Amino acid sequence: MLKRCGLLSFVLLGFLLSTVSGCTGGQGGKVQPDQSGKTSPPGNVAVKEIILATTTSTQDSGLLDVLIPAFQQKTGYVVKTIAVGTGQALAMGQRGEADVLLVHAPEAEKAVVESGAAVNRRLVMHNDFIIVGPPQDPARIKGLTGALEAFKKIALSQAIFISRGDDSGTDKIEKGIWKKAGITPQGKWYQQAGAGMGQTLNIASEKGGYTLTDRATYLALKKNLQLDILVQGDPVLLNIYHVMEVNPARFPKVNAAGAKAFADFLVSKEGQELIGRFGVDKFGSPLFFPDAGKKDEDLGLK
Amino acid sequence: MDIIWNGLWQAVHLLLTGDPEVLRVTALTLQVSGTATFISLLLGLPLGAFLALQSFPGRRVIVSLINTGMALPPVVVGLVVSLFLWRNGPFGFLRLMYTPTAMIIAQAIIATPMVTGVAMAGFQQLDSRLSRQVLALGASSWQHFLVLLREARYSVLAAVMAGLGAVISEVGASMMVGGNVQGQTRVLTTATVMEVSKGNFDVAMALSTVLLFLTYGITFLLTLAQQKRRLG
Repeated sequence: MLKRCGLLSFVLLGFLLSTVSGCTGGQGGKVQPDQSGKTSPPGNVAVKEIILATTTSTQDSGLLDVLIPAFQQKTGYVVKTIAVGTGQALAMGQRGEADVLLVHAPEAEKAVVESGAAVNRRLVMHNDFIIVGPPQDPARIKGLTGALEAFKKIALSQAIFISRGDDSGTDKIEKGIWKKAGITPQGKWYQQAGAGMGQTLNIASEKGGYTLTDRATYLALKKNLQLDILVQGDPVLLNIYHVMEVNPARFPKVNAAGAKAFADFLVSKEGQELIGRFGVDKFGSPLFFPDAGKKDEDLGLK
Repeated sequence: MDIIWNGLWQAVHLLLTGDPEVLRVTALTLQVSGTATFISLLLGLPLGAFLALQSFPGRRVIVSLINTGMALPPVVVGLVVSLFLWRNGPFGFLRLMYTPTAMIIAQAIIATPMVTGVAMAGFQQLDSRLSRQVLALGASSWQHFLVLLREARYSVLAAVMAGLGAVISEVGASMMVGGNVQGQTRVLTTATVMEVSKGNFDVAMALSTVLLFLTYGITFLLTLAQQKRRLG
C-alpha cells in the first residue's frame, strides 16, 4: 500500500519540508543591521523596528533606497517602509498604526497635526512637478511659465489629460491647480488613471496626452516615454515633503524613540547631504532639494 | 510584445546569474505560500472528509459557506486580517503586522476553504461502501481517513494544487498585511505590482515569468504524482 503512494508522499513531503523548514523568519525583520552604530536602540527586538508610512512616489524615486540603509547602519533600527497612497499613509498616522510619516500633501498633513495624531512636523525637502505632454503639443502650452494658464489651455482645446485619480499627493496638487484655475475638468478628454505615477506616465505616453508628474519619476522613465517637459518652474508646482512623528501621547504603542531618531536623521546634516546628492550621478542634477531648517513660507507655502 | 520577450530573457538572466534580490523574493514566496498551503491542508483535508461523510444539522449551510469561501476575494481577507493584527486591534500585541507570519495567516485563510471544498467534493464521490467496509474491519478514525485520502488522491492532489495556486498568485492580502517591505515581506506578486506602478514593465514581466516558472514547476511535480497510473 505504501509503495504505491511512494512518489506521491515523497513529492508532497519533500516540497512541504523544504518550505516549512525555511519559515524561521516569522518574527519580522530579516535584515541584520550593523550594531556598531552610534545610537544603539534597546536590545528588545520589538522596539528596534520602526514603521515608516510614506507614499509610493517617494519610494519609486529611489531616494529611500539610499536613506534607509544609511539610517539603519548608523542607528541599528530596522525600518519597515510601507509605501502606499498619501491618503492611506495619513490614515495610518491617524490610527497610530505607523511610527513616522514622510509625505508631501501639506494641507492634509496640517489636518493630521491639528487633530493631534502627529507631532513635530518638520520640513525635509522639496522637488517639483512638471507638466509633460506629447511633442506635438496640441494645446500649445510649451514654454508657458504659469501652470494655471497651461491647464486652462488644455481644457479649452480638450486635449487628452491623464490624471492620477488616486487621491495621492500628486493627485491633490493637480486637482488643486484645476480649482485655482477655476475649471472643473470633465469630459472624455480628462481621464482618471487610478494608478501610480509610473503607470500614469505610460498611459499618457501611449495616448499622446498631457499629465502632471514629479520630475524624479519622469526622469527615471524618460527613455521609455514619448513625452516632453512643457511647463515648469511655477511655484504652485512645488512638491514639498514634511516628516511627522505619530503622537506617542495619544498612541502609546508607537515607537517614539525610533520615530524621532528617523525624523532627526532626515533633517540632520548627513541626511540632508544624502538627499542633496541623490540622482546627480544618474541624471546630472539632483532630484530633491534639501530644505531642513527653512520655513514653509520660504518655499511659497502659506 | 517585446516586453514579453524581453521579460522572458530577463527572467532567465536574473535566475542564472543568481540575482540576490530575485532569489530572496522567490525564496520568501515559496516559504510563505508553502507554509500557508501546508496549514490549509492540515485544516482542510480532515474538515473536507468530515463534511463529506458526516451528516449533522446545518451541514448544508456549512457546505455552502465553504463553497462561498472558495471565492473569497483575497484583498477582503487581507483587510479583515489587518483589522485584527493592527497595533490597536485585538491581536496587535503580537506585533505581527508587516511580517511574513501575517502573510501566512492571511494566505492560510484564503487557501483553507479552497482545499476543503475540493477535497470534500472528492471524498463525496467515493463509494460509500468503502467507508463501511473499512470501519467494519476495525479501522480507527485516523486509519479510515488515510484510506479515504488514498482512494481520493486525484481530488486530494487537485485540492493541494488549488490551494497553492490560490495563494501563490494572490497579491491583495499579501500587500495589505505584508506591506511589500524590501528584504522582509516582499514576494513575487507584490514586487510585480510595485514594478508595474513604477512603470518598469520589463522588470515586472521578468518577475512574472519567474513566478510562472515556479508555479509550473511545482504543479508539474504534483501533477506527475496525481496522474501516476494505479498498478493493478
